[in-house]
Amino acid sequence: MTTSTTDMAHDDHGYMATGIKRWLFTTNHKDIGTMYLWFAFIMFLTGGSMAMVIRAELFQPGLQIVNPDFFNQLTTVHGLIMVFGAIMPAFTGLANWMIPMMIGAPDMALPRLNNWSFWILPFAFTILLSSFFLGGAPNFGWTFYAPLSTTYSNGSTAFFVFAVHIMGISSIMGAINVIVTIMNLRAPGMTYMKMPLFVWTFFITAYLLIAVMPVLAGVVTMLLTDTYFGTSFFDASGGGDPVMFQHIFWFFGHPEVYIMILPAFGIVSTTIPTFSRKKLFGYSSMVYATSSIAFLSFIVWAHHMFTTGMPLIGELFFMYCTLLIAVPTGVKVFNWMATMWRGSISFEVPMMFSIAFVILFTIGGFSGLMLAMAPVDFQYHDTYFVVAHFHYVLVTGSLFSIYAAAYYWLPKWTGHMFNETLAKAHFWCSLISVNLLFFPMHFLGLAGMPRRIPDYALQFADFNMWVSIGGFAFGLSQLIFLAVVIKCIRGGEKAPAKPWDGAEGLEWTVPSPAPYHTFSTPPKID
Amino acid sequence: MTTKEYESYYVPADSQWPIIGALALFCIAFGAGGFVSQIGAETEGSGWGYLLMTGIAIVIYMIVGWIANVISESMSGLYSEQMSASFRQGMSWFIFSEVMFFCAFFGALFYARVLSVPWLAGDGANVMTGAVLWPEFQAAWPLIKTPAGGETQAMGWFGLPLLNTVLLLTSSVTAHFAHLALLKNDRTKLKLFLGITIILGISFMFFQVEEYIEAYQHMNLRLDSGIYGSTFFMLTGFHGMHVTLGTVMLIVVFMRVLKGHFTPTDHFGFEAASWYWHFVDVVWVLLFLFVYIL
Ligand code: HEM
Ligand SMILES: [Cu+2]
Repeated sequence: MTTSTTDMAHDDHGYMATGIKRWLFTTNHKDIGTMYLWFAFIMFLTGGSMAMVIRAELFQPGLQIVNPDFFNQLTTVHGLIMVFGAIMPAFTGLANWMIPMMIGAPDMALPRLNNWSFWILPFAFTILLSSFFLGGAPNFGWTFYAPLSTTYSNGSTAFFVFAVHIMGISSIMGAINVIVTIMNLRAPGMTYMKMPLFVWTFFITAYLLIAVMPVLAGVVTMLLTDTYFGTSFFDASGGGDPVMFQHIFWFFGHPEVYIMILPAFGIVSTTIPTFSRKKLFGYSSMVYATSSIAFLSFIVWAHHMFTTGMPLIGELFFMYCTLLIAVPTGVKVFNWMATMWRGSISFEVPMMFSIAFVILFTIGGFSGLMLAMAPVDFQYHDTYFVVAHFHYVLVTGSLFSIYAAAYYWLPKWTGHMFNETLAKAHFWCSLISVNLLFFPMHFLGLAGMPRRIPDYALQFADFNMWVSIGGFAFGLSQLIFLAVVIKCIRGGEKAPAKPWDGAEGLEWTVPSPAPYHTFSTPPKID
Repeated sequence: MTTKEYESYYVPADSQWPIIGALALFCIAFGAGGFVSQIGAETEGSGWGYLLMTGIAIVIYMIVGWIANVISESMSGLYSEQMSASFRQGMSWFIFSEVMFFCAFFGALFYARVLSVPWLAGDGANVMTGAVLWPEFQAAWPLIKTPAGGETQAMGWFGLPLLNTVLLLTSSVTAHFAHLALLKNDRTKLKLFLGITIILGISFMFFQVEEYIEAYQHMNLRLDSGIYGSTFFMLTGFHGMHVTLGTVMLIVVFMRVLKGHFTPTDHFGFEAASWYWHFVDVVWVLLFLFVYIL
């Protein structure tokens, strides 16, 4: 193409709109990434404050602060917000910021679509949250099992369904953008097997997204028609089956949990080599392990349904497939350890979060293995043990990796070093409180305390009090992060182009803060 | 790929369309949510419907504006081959996600046919389910008598469904001929075949509506006639919505052809519409097989 784009005023590389228009109309991957990250953090605080109320209620046995129905609304919306509003958008924000810089692309492949994907989200959550004031928010759990969400719905099902629909549209468009960017916009010489592992994990995650978000859209649609238009998908009296809901939901749901962890794998595979000053051990095995985890994630969904009375053959199939996932996951954990082995490790804050990730995520993986064994899951299912499991993988897993990423790239984003003392305080406070918060939940679950319950038997009182104290402490600790970020944006020691001496990758070849437009001509890769 | 191609990758300027689109989806989702939850309530129709309509109006405005934007950029030569590749890949992954959407409904269909309906009649380890819940219930597919006793009739495959199959399959062939004509730059044939495709698509929709009327008025086959009616209408209904969308896309492409757009080497808009059309066609073949015949 001979037509140069530079003759259009808006393509001048210094161009940047100002004020609110910049954020509303932007097509810049860095702006959009920033918005995603802030949105995720705001949602994190929103969902977090709901968790504070939940923990306050559970501080003692008996009902004291909220009534059971409102308690159910809080647990439901807490889960939905954390999954769809905090973790997923945070990863999308990181993808937006970093992928184009890491592969030497000028921007995301479809920049306008990118902006659309983002702006749908605040609207979707406005709808979800406004249902609190329109007769009650969803109270059927983030997994919205029929018939709780159909026959016994409190009237919030329609708002919930349409909010999920537009979130789905946003995720699918976001995923398409990631895939196309990676397939089509890599700098010359950047072959697939030279891509940073971070890029690989987002690539595979994007495939999971476009494969399962439409299934989620399908299942909520059935929910909608069952509730309001008389269809019988999940109604046995019409020939359907409530268990069918669970099958379709978990066909989405299990890949969804990997959508929330594969990017985390990518992040720690970036930070650990940097601070160990070694190359990532077993790069190609990491790529294959990620792909096989993604593949296996499609054939394990019914491990969430062992107690629904599936045929024996089903129980066995899903049990063995689930246990199989431990193999590629183990490959990853061993690769991270081998990367650190004999490295000259230094303990900067991103590395501290990464090491915590490896250890604590592994605990979550182990409890996952316990849950994956069908016969014992009959005991653990629907108890606090499950709550402990998924909070270890999601909070000390996904969330900690997001913190690692944020500290790792904050200098690149803002141009300033963050306040190390405060950041370390954030780390240690989080680390201690998060374990106080979630570790006793294992014992509670094993002793039989059911999940999603506003009151409990007296013998669970002590542990619950500790858990609540841990919860409040963890919640407060997150405000330290907010302080670190604000301080870092406002000022601080100037960051060099490459603040971490072991770091590799194209993003460190541009100045800090990264210029508004990077790589309008692609860099050379060798 | 050469460096040169990368230099011309077009990063569009700020655009107002995405935020307008997001606002439109907000109005649609919020409006539809409110509207649906008021069904049957005393407050029925209290304003939510207007919000929904506003949303739809905005979304149409947004699509028209955005696409016009893209077309004019494309016509003024801002797009490189690499940019077209992005569009093509984006479109194919979008179609893939649509396939997965239909998978959910096909999955429900198979689950009901193979598992839940026989189980309700006491199959497998579920003898007691049959005996205790609905002892009279007999498993059958199409399920014309539900466990609760509702009765309906099954839609045969002969007649309108068969006619529709022929129409849609033919339209896929004519769409392909139109593509071949475009590649040979034979504009007359292109217009002819594209026109035929559109007419076939519209006739398909017409007969589909006829079939629905027949089902509702004479066969007592309705959305709420148990799992058979649910799967029948949801699958054919969503398919019908996709045919409608595909036809609209074809009509837009047809008008662009009349205006002289598209060249044998550069015709992403045409390709996208025709891919979509083939996709709709394949879904129909599966539907015809599993919803009507088997
Ligand atoms: C080592 C691999 C893993 C295995 C073997 C595993 C296994 C399981 C099993 C069997 C359950 C069902 C427990 C029950 O309800 O009785 C479960 C629940 C859950 N898992 Fe995992 N898991 C693994 C990793 C993960 C990861 C990486 C995540 C997310 C980042 C995750 C998130 C969840 C969630 C959210 C639930 C609870 C869903 C609910 O609300 O019921 N798991 N896991
Ligand atoms: Cu799972």
